[in-house]
Amino acid sequence: MSSSRAPSAEPGQRDESVVAIGSSADIVTARQQGRALAASLGFAGSDLTVIATAISELARNIIEYATKGEIVLSQDDADGRPGIVIVARDEGPGIPDVSRALSAGYSTGMGLGLGLPGVRRLMDEFEITSNAGRGTTVAVRKWLP
Amino acid sequence: MRVPILKQSQYVIASIQSALSDEDLLQLRDDLVQNVGRYRSRGVIVDVTVLDVMDSFAVRTLRAIAHMIRLRGAETVIVGIQPEVAFAMVQLGLTLEDVTTALDLEEGLAYLNHQMAGAAHVK
Repeated sequence: MSSSRAPSAEPGQRDESVVAIGSSADIVTARQQGRALAASLGFAGSDLTVIATAISELARNIIEYATKGEIVLSQDDADGRPGIVIVARDEGPGIPDVSRALSAGYSTGMGLGLGLPGVRRLMDEFEITSNAGRGTTVAVRKWLP
Repeated sequence: MRVPILKQSQYVIASIQSALSDEDLLQLRDDLVQNVGRYRSRGVIVDVTVLDVMDSFAVRTLRAIAHMIRLRGAETVIVGIQPEVAFAMVQLGLTLEDVTTALDLEEGLAYLNHQMAGAAHVK
């Protein structure tokens, strides 16, 4: 499921698409939409796969830890260099120890413990905000090479 | 979408046709573990050529398939991992260490034939 939002007021940001994440089919939808957006921005080859894989892992985290949430896909640019922005947002239990969650090998779920550190390696920029009991937001960016 | 599974002589070949959800992957696992017994197959080939993403769940499920098939007395070869997918897997730290992989279906069949010839020789 997806919808469009009005363009955000932030400079450099244009309209975004929102993919609701609540089932494993939504993971496929999110990564396919992200891949299409990345291709339209000029990404090619392994970058498209890397972006789609990162989206897949972020969406998977949402289902695993928070049951539901959303992936917001948008574009950005830095000094004329286009990039894709992926925001994964949930209102789940939050991550009690973010720095631990970012250390390789750490996982409380059923995953391989590669989730967040893996996504961080795949992307150029990585930000995470998590509040215990109020959810987690992960924002990642990749710039066109 | 359910992955079609073909029997070819003493092997079964699962040829993935489109992007798979987690449920599709688990269905594939269950189908293969069943079919290897139904057809008394000695080898299983999973062709992942069309997959443009192999995330942690997909890799973990393929490993599980290979291990279960081994427990059923047959060998598994994963064929067709694309170069971009291999690149992303390495960056993510995903491995298929103890699972046999081959470039494509042809190489996968050649590997299994070689293994079967070796096994026949031992007897």
